[in-house]
Amino acid sequence: MTPWRRLKPAALALIVPLLLLAFWQAATSRHWTLLIPTPYEVGRYMVDFAVGGIYDDAYSATLLTHLLASMGRVYGGFALAAAIALPLGLLIGRLPAARMLLDPFLQLMRPIPVTAWLPLSMILFGLGARSAFALVCLGAFYPILLNTVFGVRSVDPKLFEAASMLGCRGNAQFYKVVLPAAVPSIFTGLRLGLGLAWFVIVVGEMTGVPQGLGAVIMDARTLSRTDLVICGMIVIGVAGFLSDRIVVMFGNRLLRWSPSHHG
Amino acid sequence: MLEIKGVSKVFALQDQTIHALADTSLVIGKGEFICLIGASGCGKSTLLRIMAGFEQPSSGEALMWGKPITDPDPSRGMVFQDYALFPWLSVRENIGFGPAARGLSTAEVKATVDKFVDLVGLGNFATAYPHQLSGGMKQRVAIARVLANDAELVLMDEPFGALDAMTRERLQDELLEVWQRTKLTVVFVTHSIEEAIFLAGRVVVMTPGPGRIESDNAVELARPRDVASPEFNAIRRVLGAKLHSHHGKKIAA
Repeated sequence: MTPWRRLKPAALALIVPLLLLAFWQAATSRHWTLLIPTPYEVGRYMVDFAVGGIYDDAYSATLLTHLLASMGRVYGGFALAAAIALPLGLLIGRLPAARMLLDPFLQLMRPIPVTAWLPLSMILFGLGARSAFALVCLGAFYPILLNTVFGVRSVDPKLFEAASMLGCRGNAQFYKVVLPAAVPSIFTGLRLGLGLAWFVIVVGEMTGVPQGLGAVIMDARTLSRTDLVICGMIVIGVAGFLSDRIVVMFGNRLLRWSPSHHG
Repeated sequence: MLEIKGVSKVFALQDQTIHALADTSLVIGKGEFICLIGASGCGKSTLLRIMAGFEQPSSGEALMWGKPITDPDPSRGMVFQDYALFPWLSVRENIGFGPAARGLSTAEVKATVDKFVDLVGLGNFATAYPHQLSGGMKQRVAIARVLANDAELVLMDEPFGALDAMTRERLQDELLEVWQRTKLTVVFVTHSIEEAIFLAGRVVVMTPGPGRIESDNAVELARPRDVASPEFNAIRRVLGAKLHSHHGKKIAA
């Protein structure tokens, strides 16, 4: 009973991916499509991509290089986005003047997709890593900003009254009440932001960088190497998933007090 | 110690003005236990919030030891109906919030917290977070955090209104015990006549439209009070009649 209870979530979570894999296998082996390789071919290529020794082409045993290059951009861009969006969000959430000054402008810029920024970014930051960095940063920026503003603005007004009758007034309330009360929202924003940073990495690496998972996918597309495209997709998926699990684990510790944060 | 002199309070709500409180006067002595009772809209919570310093009177004066109440202050602690505990702080940290905010040393904060955790009997839950506590325990923490901050006047806004009957009775007993032991002054808002008579030395009956004090009634029953005794019921009948007196007047008019 007990082992099953522990295995049940993992077992249930595997059902849909396995069904998809079976469908993929059926579709390719029955030749419903000729352009997509079979799961076996992709698996074989993944091994070669990771450690080499099978095909020994330009991409053999380069997975780690590309993964590290992408991770550098994802976490770097994310960190930069957080460094700008957090203080800005606190400011907009707390000061009506900052809100009136910045909110309309930021809301106007928000619907513009990261893809649309690609040409301008290449002009402003040049072809290469700086451009990729800027685009990832842009992708992670809005969820962090919006959730921080939301967190700061939705503090229960009763808590300000409670703090002031206990002798905590003025600016001290910002550190003692606003910040801790906003932490769950800020955390949600950071989690979404990091997810989006992985999400936009392919667009970010369309800027002519030589290394990175996005660059691999774009190159593989021009070379019609669909097996490599799928390998790149899988690596991004797994890396993004693991990175999210780490954030969630960290969040569960940090937000032990919050009944709604046990994911 | 507390003096409410001809206080009225008008709220502007969009185009409407609401007279929450009209020409109210009340004097509260040190060590008294006073219940404010009345139907919703009678201004009892507004009056309590003026005493706390959360609201300013539109006219008249609210004085504590002869000085106008302009801001919330640790000497006037508030216990809210929905607890208003800091959810990110443990029981200990919630109780220590006030002492720490007032700049006490870590050792002093710890000693104070230890004392009041014990006082409200939450030793086993000292490191729990508010969401892990029952309503009764949360309200004990809320009371402890006000007492730990040396409040001399405790303002309670329907503090037991959201609790089940058994827990409510237990907390009433505990509150009376703390009040008798510490010589606190308590102003307690409720809409339960029985609760008011059980707890208070004086029951102030308020009526709505606009909110004002209908009568100020001393309750001279010996403690502990028996809610089933004929004397208790006699007072209940009198207060009940006063509480509903404005219905009759409205129909007559």
